[in-house]
Amino acid sequence: MKIIILGAGQVGRTAAYHLSREEANDVTVVDQNEETLRELQDRLDIRTVNGNAASPRVLEAAGIASTDILVALSNSDEVNMLACQIAWTLYRTPKKIARVRSADYTEREGLFGESRVAVDVWISPEQLVTEYVARLIRYPGALQVLDFADGRVRLVGIRALQGGPLVGQELRTLREHIPSADARVAAIYRSGKSIKPEGTTVIEDGDEVFFLAARENIRAVMKEMRREEAPARRVVIAGGGNIGFRLASELEDKNQVKLIERDSKRARRVSEQLRRTTVLLGDAADEELLLEENIDSVDIFAALTNSEEANILSAMLAKRLGAHKVMALINKPSYAELIESGSIDVAISPQTVTIGSLLAHVRRGDVVRVHSLRRGAAEALEVVVHGDADSSKVIGRRIEDISLPEGTTLGAVVRGEDVIIAHHDTTVQPDDHLILFLTDRRHIEAVEKLFQGSASFL
Amino acid sequence: MKDILLPVAHVFALVMMVFSATMLAPLVLAVWSLDPALSSFVISAFATFFLGALLWLATRRFKRELKTRDGLMLVALTWVALPAVAGFPLWNYLPINYTDAYFEAASGLTTTGGTVLSGLEFLPRSINLWRHLLSWLGGMGIIVLAVAILPMLGVGGMQIYRAEMPGPMKDTKLTPRIGQTAKLLWAVYAGLTAACIICLKFAGMDWFDAVCHGFSALALGGFSTYDASIGHFNSLPIEMVLTFFSILAALNFATHYLAWRERGVFAYFRDAEAKAIFGVLIVSCIGVAVFLYLKGSYPDFSTSLRHTTFNLVSIATDSGLHTQDYSRWPIFAPMWMMFLSCIVCSSGSTGGGIKMIRTLVLAKQAHRELNQLVHPNMVRPLKVGGSIIANRVVFAVLAFVFLYFMSIVTLVFLQLASGLDFMTAFSSIIACINNAGPGQGLVGPGSNYGVLNNFQTWVCSAAMLLGRLEVFTILVLFTPTLWRK
Repeated sequence: MKIIILGAGQVGRTAAYHLSREEANDVTVVDQNEETLRELQDRLDIRTVNGNAASPRVLEAAGIASTDILVALSNSDEVNMLACQIAWTLYRTPKKIARVRSADYTEREGLFGESRVAVDVWISPEQLVTEYVARLIRYPGALQVLDFADGRVRLVGIRALQGGPLVGQELRTLREHIPSADARVAAIYRSGKSIKPEGTTVIEDGDEVFFLAARENIRAVMKEMRREEAPARRVVIAGGGNIGFRLASELEDKNQVKLIERDSKRARRVSEQLRRTTVLLGDAADEELLLEENIDSVDIFAALTNSEEANILSAMLAKRLGAHKVMALINKPSYAELIESGSIDVAISPQTVTIGSLLAHVRRGDVVRVHSLRRGAAEALEVVVHGDADSSKVIGRRIEDISLPEGTTLGAVVRGEDVIIAHHDTTVQPDDHLILFLTDRRHIEAVEKLFQGSASFL
Repeated sequence: MKDILLPVAHVFALVMMVFSATMLAPLVLAVWSLDPALSSFVISAFATFFLGALLWLATRRFKRELKTRDGLMLVALTWVALPAVAGFPLWNYLPINYTDAYFEAASGLTTTGGTVLSGLEFLPRSINLWRHLLSWLGGMGIIVLAVAILPMLGVGGMQIYRAEMPGPMKDTKLTPRIGQTAKLLWAVYAGLTAACIICLKFAGMDWFDAVCHGFSALALGGFSTYDASIGHFNSLPIEMVLTFFSILAALNFATHYLAWRERGVFAYFRDAEAKAIFGVLIVSCIGVAVFLYLKGSYPDFSTSLRHTTFNLVSIATDSGLHTQDYSRWPIFAPMWMMFLSCIVCSSGSTGGGIKMIRTLVLAKQAHRELNQLVHPNMVRPLKVGGSIIANRVVFAVLAFVFLYFMSIVTLVFLQLASGLDFMTAFSSIIACINNAGPGQGLVGPGSNYGVLNNFQTWVCSAAMLLGRLEVFTILVLFTPTLWRK
């Protein structure tokens, strides 16, 4: 697929990396900074074009005329929307994805559409990250909580700890432990390596376990993996930027939220728009301030500023001063790897959170949701199967009869409103949503082929 | 050092195995025409393949993704080592020593076209085909070919592509994928070669000569199947065809691709290098033709123009085919041709030398400095053909030209120390480093490189490799930091 990415910022670069490593994609990146582009081209097999992303001349130089997908990820909402509009008006580009941050645009009904502002899909990384952090706070103990089928099914990543009833037991005993709730373990990582989850696999202390379950059963399953933690009440957010502000407004009704912001003007603006949050002016890495605000009784400390180094340091400081659980927003994958084994409980990688929503659009077959996991090595997909028993390789078959590529688990089936946790004898029906987990992303092509159906159907 | 060299050797082994397949072409011809060089090619092809396979197996443990410095090393290693392999059939069959075989193969691969052999018309056809095939493969680049056909060179491919592709600005790709770009360039190259071969056939050559000289023309190689080179044919149509295709080969192949995609010639007029090349060639041809006519080298102007055009274009574009012993012309003419050979070829072409783009950048930079003296506060970016050249590129060009001249000076002194006369020493190095072919004096068009002793031949081989890889890629091997962990 021919893809143009506008903007080589954090998100743009990650998107270029993820998209270009799939053999089938031809990626061109447009940006105004020549240095960034050169550095990017040295690392990735892509083409770069230097110039203004919303200029028709630049878009033409990037090959817009024959492009399948335009992904506008520049810093400016207006540039992104205009670029999509130009691509549609002049070149009829089939799919246009824009990063639109401002809620003023995204919350307006009827703004986007074919005869309106020509954006097919808008993504707001800040919104995605906010939702992600909010889910993590809702499920204390989870490393990752990812939605499928509009949140009816969730994939939860959790570190198994001594004290959970299932730890030290074989996986097949899960059903005996919690007869009322069904769940499926999709993957287990032990000291960084993936282990195939089978009935006889024993969960050990320290394993990273990914399981799929219906929303209402998640807490019950989590309790099996580690001792239940009390739901978070007191939350401190460091950084009143886009993400910090959104998170505060989402949490302030149910939690006691404090927000620390360094810039006095920004602090004032944030405080005007929030209702119950206590906005504090100061440095999140200021020991005095943290102690004064009783950091030792805080359930969650989330460092969400723009500077990842500041996030790491303030989160480490908060942890040492007694915060129960600390999270830090970290862009660099190498940092994330470093600190998750250290004193910071959860590293939040905005790119990994965002990239999934892009990947869903480049996948062949009807893929409605993709979540990138483990810094892009693994992937979880929601695929809709179409056709009938003749045209599809999966419909009408029992799950044990479907030949899935190595390292791929079919975890759940969503049929209409029902969530069916996949067992060997579950039969796939047309229009089912299947939730798959791939421990090795490289098998993605085989998976795509399997669910694409035969050529006659297409 | 082991950690750096062995992973590179692993990829090189693959290149070697692919390269052994190219020996099948002369081998098939030898079988078909029952010529005596058959056994040499059979032995060489098998030996190359098995050496490659052996090296591949032996270094399997060290397989890893290539980094920037590995890319440089791979290209340098490939170009230094492949002539040693490619020269094997020549050494095996012909009564020449290994030094000469290496020179001949390197001369082919680097598209220099200087030869140590004489009596070319009496050689088996398979040997001649092999020499020309080497030229043709080296023209667009062995590594570029490898990038095109070996998908595993994907990301690292850009690094090695840059190490082999001539010209100062190598970041522009025709397509997002480097493998795809390499394929396109080879397709344009092969297409033009086929066109040239057909034209040569119609101009009066037999198929074998047409193929060989078609390879020579597009690669700007300069090998011929006759001692007298194109002079053997004494045919105006053949000269015209070769001149036309030599000029095409001296232009950027990316421009050819654009022209082909747009189905028009406007791409050439947008290319600042192409315009400069046309200008320089037209003025030089007419000027030198008038000069030769006035000096009485030829009785009438049209003959003078005909011989000037063919030989001047051939040397200026670093091809090296010739019809006349131009070293007997008044000294201004051959020296001017030699000067042109340093600057005329375009970046991204199959020719050698400094390249026209660097010449333009240097001229503009000199102009900018002069203006700056008059207007000390002037701010003016350096533009070539309407696009701005970054200062980084200007510095790289300056460094390149310095190294290029220092390489010439050093190598000329080596030749002089070995006892050559000045004209032979100087012209042999200039001709070799520009990949032009014949020089002056003892190595002029009337004679060949066979007169040099072993030491002098090795110096020439080194000059050819330095020139083909634009100095940096070879010299970087001698920087200690490359070898440090």
